[in-house]
Amino acid sequence: MSRQPLIAIKEPVADASAAGTARAAAPERDDRVQQQSLLHRFMGRPESASIAGALLVFAIFGYAASGSGMFALDGILNWQTVAAYLGIISIGACLLMIGGEFDLSMGSMIGFAGMMIAIPPLYFHWPVWLSVLVAFVGCLALGWLNGYLVIKTRLPSFIVTLAFLFILRGLSLALSIHFTNRTIVSGIGALAAEDWLAGALFVGTVGEDLFNWLAAHGMVAMTSDGTPVVHGVPKVILWWGVLLVCSSLVLSFTRIGNWIYAVGGDANAAKNVGVPVKAVKTSLFMFTAFCACLFATLQVCDIGSAAADRGLQKEFEAIIAAVIGGTLLTGGYGSVVGASVGALIFGVVQIGITYTDANSDWFRVFLGLMLLVAVIFNNFVRRRVTESR
Amino acid sequence: MASEYILELQNVSKRFGSAIALRDVTLRLRRGEVHCLLGDNGAGKSTLIKTLAGVHKPSSGAFRVDGAAVEFESPRQALDRGIATVYQDLALVPLMSIARNFFLGREPVKTRFGVFPALDTATMAEVAADRLRNMGILIRDANQPVGTMSGGEKQCLAIARAIHFGARVLILDEPTAALGVRQSFNVLKLIHHARDQGISVIFITHNVHHAYPIGDTFTLLNRGVSVGTYAKDAISKDEVLDIMAGGTEMQKLMSELDGVAV
Repeated sequence: MSRQPLIAIKEPVADASAAGTARAAAPERDDRVQQQSLLHRFMGRPESASIAGALLVFAIFGYAASGSGMFALDGILNWQTVAAYLGIISIGACLLMIGGEFDLSMGSMIGFAGMMIAIPPLYFHWPVWLSVLVAFVGCLALGWLNGYLVIKTRLPSFIVTLAFLFILRGLSLALSIHFTNRTIVSGIGALAAEDWLAGALFVGTVGEDLFNWLAAHGMVAMTSDGTPVVHGVPKVILWWGVLLVCSSLVLSFTRIGNWIYAVGGDANAAKNVGVPVKAVKTSLFMFTAFCACLFATLQVCDIGSAAADRGLQKEFEAIIAAVIGGTLLTGGYGSVVGASVGALIFGVVQIGITYTDANSDWFRVFLGLMLLVAVIFNNFVRRRVTESR
Repeated sequence: MASEYILELQNVSKRFGSAIALRDVTLRLRRGEVHCLLGDNGAGKSTLIKTLAGVHKPSSGAFRVDGAAVEFESPRQALDRGIATVYQDLALVPLMSIARNFFLGREPVKTRFGVFPALDTATMAEVAADRLRNMGILIRDANQPVGTMSGGEKQCLAIARAIHFGARVLILDEPTAALGVRQSFNVLKLIHHARDQGISVIFITHNVHHAYPIGDTFTLLNRGVSVGTYAKDAISKDEVLDIMAGGTEMQKLMSELDGVAV
């Protein structure tokens, strides 16, 4: 083939040389990148608004609850524990939302998993570790089923998991009545503490020696009987930390993380470039189920009982925490750090309000407003990101 | 082995049930040429691309790559032979960064701390920016979201990605359809650039004004039948337009419209 046609595109050739000169100027442009201030880069992150919100909340309560003991060591652990429970499920909800789906059955699954853990040891003399294991396997299977149904039916996950919200809540009630004739099963605490698995991983606190030492050296307040006011860090806080670090690393720095963003951002595009969309989405549903079961296990071990109405509305709280943390409802954008900060705001407000003179009914009003502001802000961020400049 | 044609369809037909989408179409793509596939809506362009891309199997006729007969079971197999198709939706995720989109599904991984398989983000950003620069597109930061790019730049990113991952044949499905004048021009420049790198291009369009300046060869499709293949020096722009639109019919329509205008 002759190169004759080249003559017909004189202009492109001329322009190509212009591009050549522009190319020579490229380093100048690169310099401009470095001029972007750290603050500017921070503002571009999804969790930046939630961190600003958290600082605001700390400022408000630092003023309103000053001298109340909210920011003493035991006070801190108090709201940290609430935040940690919510943080665990909000991390699951956040990853799933980034992947473009919802799981409204999380709250019901907490109640259901709690029953699966508590009933067999008390009524059928199973060891606790076995019932915990079975609960995790059962929840993962339910998560898989959620994912399978969403992918197979192509229905919105909102509807499919709404069905499971009712199914699982109903099953928790019906089965606990069937097996135990009651809806609150208590007395599991001692069994769990003796169990090698539950005792080591889920029951109680860590760092008792450290706190004893600190108390002995006057760095931690002591009660009248000589023990420190804080016995140790509840294990739920450690679980939250571990989950946060692991999921954050996976999301930001691995192929799986890249695929999670891609299936939520544009599932069709992801499929066309070879991302295993179905496997990614199903795994995310299983991960939220895992988080719900972890929540239930820690709660049952901590409180020593299971109840059919545990986890009520937790699915919404988890989603709200994720949204406050900058995760888009439409998927493809967000951060688990943000979701965890969202959970922290939850904990601070919910517990902090009891340290102030304000009526605790204002908690929900405050959260609703927080959610509204976050959604409006996120929407603005999305527009800025998706529209051409 | 060294066939003159890198890609060859000979008397290919494609039927969907009783509907005949392609009938006895012959298309030969030389190495390093830009081959324009022109046709109006419903001419069978999409079916033809999907056959080349490995989505459809021809009902009859021969499909040869490098002179050897092939039978693709999936688009993946076509891709493995270096036949890359850039569809109109471009397969880009707007909320993700340029670098992450560039490597989506084929991310380079580097082991950190001995165990953690992390994305090699530095290489990703560097390579993506470099490939785009080669295409004459300067980006401020490879970590900015694709959503901030213009339509033409997105098209270029999709093409640059296909070339980087080993495309020898680039099938472009209406790359200029949704673009403005200036952006279309940039894409045409890019096609020119790809040819300079020795890549063979099949450029699907219904816009003769885009096809004629860049094309070496033109194949015209009408209602599932190839009207003919012409080298550039054998045909003028007006002739191409005429054949595409059904010749006399179009002239009649034009004169009618002129009548209305007057």
